[in-house]
Amino acid sequence: MLKINNLHAKLEDEDKQILKGVTLEVPAGEVHAIMGPNGSGKSTTSYVLSGRDGYEVTEGSATLNGQDLLEMEPEERAAAGLFLAFQYPVEIPGVGNMTFLRTAANAQRKARGEDELSAGEFLKLVREKAKTLNIDAEMLKRPVNVGFSGGEKKRNEILQMALLEPKMCVLDETDSGLDVDAMRLVADGVNALRSPDRAFLVITHYQRLLDHIQPDVVHIMADGRIVKTGGPDLALEVEKNGYADILAEVG
Amino acid sequence: MSPTTDLDVREGVDRETVETVANMGSYKYGWDTEIEMEYAPKGINEDIVRLISQRNEEPEWMLDWRLKAFRRWQQMSLPKWAMLDIPEIDFQDQYYYARPKSMAEKPKSLDEVDPKLLATYEKLGIPLKEQMILAGVEGAEETPADARKVAVDAVFDSVSVGTTFKAELAKAGIIFCPISEAIREHPELVQKYLGSVVPQGDNFYSALNSAVFSDGSFVYIPPGVRSPMELSTYFRINAENTGQFERTLIIADKGSYVSYLEGCTAPKRDTAQLHAAVVEIVILEDAEVKYSTVQNWFPGDEDGKGGIYNFVTKRADCREDRAKVMWTQVETGSAITWKYPSCILRGDESQGEFYSIAIANNRQQADTGTKMLHLGKNTRSRIVSKGISAGRAQNTYRGRVAIHPKATHSRNYTQCDSLLIGDKCGAHTVPYIEVKNASSRVEHEATTSKVDDDQLFYCRQRGIGEEEAIALIVNGFAKEVLQALPMEFAMEAQSLVAISLEGSVG
Ligand SMILES: Nc1ncnc2c1ncn2[C@@H]1O[C@H](COP(=O)(O)OP(=O)(O)OP(=O)(O)O)[C@@H](O)[C@H]1O
Ligand SMILES: [Mg+2]
Repeated sequence: MLKINNLHAKLEDEDKQILKGVTLEVPAGEVHAIMGPNGSGKSTTSYVLSGRDGYEVTEGSATLNGQDLLEMEPEERAAAGLFLAFQYPVEIPGVGNMTFLRTAANAQRKARGEDELSAGEFLKLVREKAKTLNIDAEMLKRPVNVGFSGGEKKRNEILQMALLEPKMCVLDETDSGLDVDAMRLVADGVNALRSPDRAFLVITHYQRLLDHIQPDVVHIMADGRIVKTGGPDLALEVEKNGYADILAEVG
Repeated sequence: MSPTTDLDVREGVDRETVETVANMGSYKYGWDTEIEMEYAPKGINEDIVRLISQRNEEPEWMLDWRLKAFRRWQQMSLPKWAMLDIPEIDFQDQYYYARPKSMAEKPKSLDEVDPKLLATYEKLGIPLKEQMILAGVEGAEETPADARKVAVDAVFDSVSVGTTFKAELAKAGIIFCPISEAIREHPELVQKYLGSVVPQGDNFYSALNSAVFSDGSFVYIPPGVRSPMELSTYFRINAENTGQFERTLIIADKGSYVSYLEGCTAPKRDTAQLHAAVVEIVILEDAEVKYSTVQNWFPGDEDGKGGIYNFVTKRADCREDRAKVMWTQVETGSAITWKYPSCILRGDESQGEFYSIAIANNRQQADTGTKMLHLGKNTRSRIVSKGISAGRAQNTYRGRVAIHPKATHSRNYTQCDSLLIGDKCGAHTVPYIEVKNASSRVEHEATTSKVDDDQLFYCRQRGIGEEEAIALIVNGFAKEVLQALPMEFAMEAQSLVAISLEGSVG
């Protein structure tokens, strides 16, 4: 599904190299976790994959089902099935959450040459998904993320993911700031979407989320590289001992 | 209405925007209609003023009024205080009167109507039955009305070409007709109110308009009557080198209510065209008028060639107690906009509101705002202005709030937000505030922001293309004003916002 090979990226207007050769492969049907110290390049990886301005890829490649992601506009990557749940979801004043969701869903459908959803169909779909995430109708009417609590913003990201049904879901610290119940809801949301033709890349600092979403593979990122890859046990080890041992081991 | 159906409706509106954006070219109304026109010679002098008056079969007093205005105008000079760079206008190189030839004689059926004129109406989205009425087909008025209840008066270049639903409105005692007709048929009303809100010599353009206006709409709502439908005027400048000087006079008698819509379009032309309208609204005790404008005159091309120079004087006089006026404007077009719809709050407890979206893209220049003149006690005014600048455009909000010594316990709230797209455009806020008594209060809030890169990226990551994302964000920014518009207009306005910002990124 997602293949990242030797990806190097620097800041566009500064001589600062952030990604220094990320290599990673997430096959369809699998859930991979990325853990790593603050500032190691986890969010940057997700931004470079989704095409945010401000970064320059200096080497390496990234493909989604064989399509070269780095050649595409951000909206094309989205239509191709890449979704990013933001670490810090953005507020858009005056734009109703519902309007936003529908505009997004239809824009993607259009880009893929599919029929747009009618207002009725869409409303039904949103209500259904919102209910499972415990998002009330009031929140759907409010402007996108404006005045949402931290946890509400994160749940809203998962709602968007559930509606857009992407192929490749990248979740950047979606668990941060969630209370225990909300964490459950988010995990359930992710698990409900798990399927043989979908893959997840879950960036997290905590084992807690991984208790609910069983990852197939865990990667450790440090200083712009994946330094270690292992099974679910690797996350438990980090939880117990921190990164010091692992970092010492890889030098 | 349950909250969910409510939600559904709003969704429909937004969807419309998106589709319209996808389907439209950059200036949808830019076609030119080859209709045989009858012109008065170029230039302006007393003879032209007399000719316009004579063509409209005006009484003597009207001609005198015009001549007085003309003589006044000759003494005046162009206002220079606006933040506008206005190329030299040669007032002698304009036509001041043009009308479709086919209007000279009343057609018997649609077959006799100039098909080009009908095509024009069709492009304006006016339903067939109303097209017939507008084209002046005899007997068309007697046929049953369409479901869509908006009475339309269409002004084509200098001449009002027809008004719909006249009979039905007449039943309620409402007069809605071309002002040329009102001058002949209702001289007592016209004489009493014309120039009573915007005096001839108010400014250079109002003086010019008073001398040469050839048509426009006239509305009278009798005491206690709520207009059963919205009244609307479409203005279109079609003929080349022709200035349009329409005059609108609305009188809302005691306890009445009317919502009035004004829409404007013009063809694309390389040479700039002049538009100098005057709108006067008189509101008596307990009456209320809502006046909404969607102004979409041709803005000129990317390099600033052509376009409409829009110099407009609009003013409402809340002449008696508890009179209420609400101006809502969406200004997307024109190369130059010079426009300050104002409220004179003369009656005690009278209220004035001004909601505005002004978009300037490419080389457009907009200097627009409002004046709130508080004269009566306990008067209230509210100003919500949303200025959007893109390309190399300059957008100025100019507002004046004056609370006089006798206007005790009055209040004004002003909110003035500017949004910039790109870094070559400008936004300016010029508020003048005078409060002359201690019991009144004025609040002014102003913000300037840029379309945020993070917002854009967030939208794009969800699959929304850049232009659509900008339209979405801008419509969100201007939402308070869009919501103040009648539903039908709100939809049109949303898509206009999107269209007028096309090409503003990248
Ligand atoms: N636009 C930027 N300008 C300056 N520095 C940047 C920018 N983007 C990223 N960086 C730097 O790159 C490094 C990696 O940042 P990134 O956000 O990817 O880390 P992270 O692994 O997601 O950390 P965290 O766990 O704290 O979220 C950091 O040192 C950060 O300061
Ligand atoms: Mg991060």
